[in-house]
Amino acid sequence: MQTMISNRLCLAPPLPHRRALSPRLCFSGGLRLHLATPSFVFFESRCVVKVEAVARASSRDCEMATDNGQDPRIAKISSSIRVIPDFPKPGIMFQDITTLLLDTEAFKDTINMFVERYEGKDISVVAGVEARGFIFGPPIALAIGAKFVPMRKPKKLPGKVISEEYSLEYGTDKIEMHVGAVEPGERAIIIDDLIATGGTLAAAIRLLERVGVKIVECACVIELPELKGKDKLGETPLFVLVSSA
Amino acid sequence: MFAAENGLKGDPRLEAISAAIRVVPDFPKKGIMFQDITTLLLDHKAFKHTIDIFVDRYKDMQISVVAGVEARGFMFGPSIALAIGAKFIPLRKPGKLPGKVISESYELEYGHDRLEMHIGAVEPRERVIIIDDLVATGGTLSAAINLLESQEAEVVECACVIGLPEVKGQHKLKGKPLYLLVEPSGLDEFC
Repeated sequence: MQTMISNRLCLAPPLPHRRALSPRLCFSGGLRLHLATPSFVFFESRCVVKVEAVARASSRDCEMATDNGQDPRIAKISSSIRVIPDFPKPGIMFQDITTLLLDTEAFKDTINMFVERYEGKDISVVAGVEARGFIFGPPIALAIGAKFVPMRKPKKLPGKVISEEYSLEYGTDKIEMHVGAVEPGERAIIIDDLIATGGTLAAAIRLLERVGVKIVECACVIELPELKGKDKLGETPLFVLVSSA
Repeated sequence: MFAAENGLKGDPRLEAISAAIRVVPDFPKKGIMFQDITTLLLDHKAFKHTIDIFVDRYKDMQISVVAGVEARGFMFGPSIALAIGAKFIPLRKPGKLPGKVISESYELEYGHDRLEMHIGAVEPRERVIIIDDLVATGGTLSAAINLLESQEAEVVECACVIGLPEVKGQHKLKGKPLYLLVEPSGLDEFC
């Protein structure tokens, strides 16, 4: 395994061999999971190093993989997420990613897993949904050489915006994006911390598609599969690290 | 203090960062020249320069916590935290953080707002930097400092991409140093 050091940073020991991703990391699209191209990883001793990843997996292999094939990073990521009952209201088990952000290894692993998946795929746009999408999106964008585009609640973005309405349990809300942030033909991923009903992500997809962008995938740390948010995303594949039943 | 006065005089990265920031007049209300960093985020090189400058400054200062102010502090803080091996703590508007929080109020031009932080996120004597995109009056950053100091953390410095004229010459905020990359852009500076 080759280790290339970026032009400004210290030497770091090589990273361990990466194992194939687990079945839950597979998605419904046809994208092949090649990790043959170099990945940016955030190394623990404050260095950003480029390493040549050696693990390869195809989507078919992922679906067939057993639990033994699960990426060891997933367990740590999953266990670093805190569940808070009855927030924001009774009956809801809130998936709190702030504890993941306090675990430097787990946070680094989370970003690395997304970066490994998306770099070298000609993705020029990482769109992040306010506000927790702003935490995960920019590090991914920086590592894969893409722009970061914030998708915001109404009236937060100055200047010309386009907006898309979506349904809430009671009523509707809107998400906005700057006119001119993206160009037709660009390839994008949309990031949020969690997908529940899929309403917000579906609105984000519609917003980007209206301006001619191709959404390669939606990516979230957590999925609540019982809420079937994936069904709202249409043709757009969904990639998640942790599935919370 | 501004980066140019503190070792980065003439650094071309600062010019690139400044040029990438868009000014939107009369937002959110008439008379305000809004410094829009979203155009900086669209410029991968300039965004990377921004993060690199902060990382270079803080990587050898034994910082174990980067606290970022909602929401634009979230766009800069996590990348810095990841690169220097620190935790990231979001400082949020009221009612957003689940579980036990502490909160601090601060003044707006008209009225008040509150900033919240999780109890237990930071431990006593941890060394912290606080990140936001811009500092104007310093009210929000002061509230952030109070939150962290109430948990006995040590705020080493506050860092923002842009510092408004009100803070020029005032290097310290509640006794804490302030590190800024650029002054506000004028309307005619944006290409």
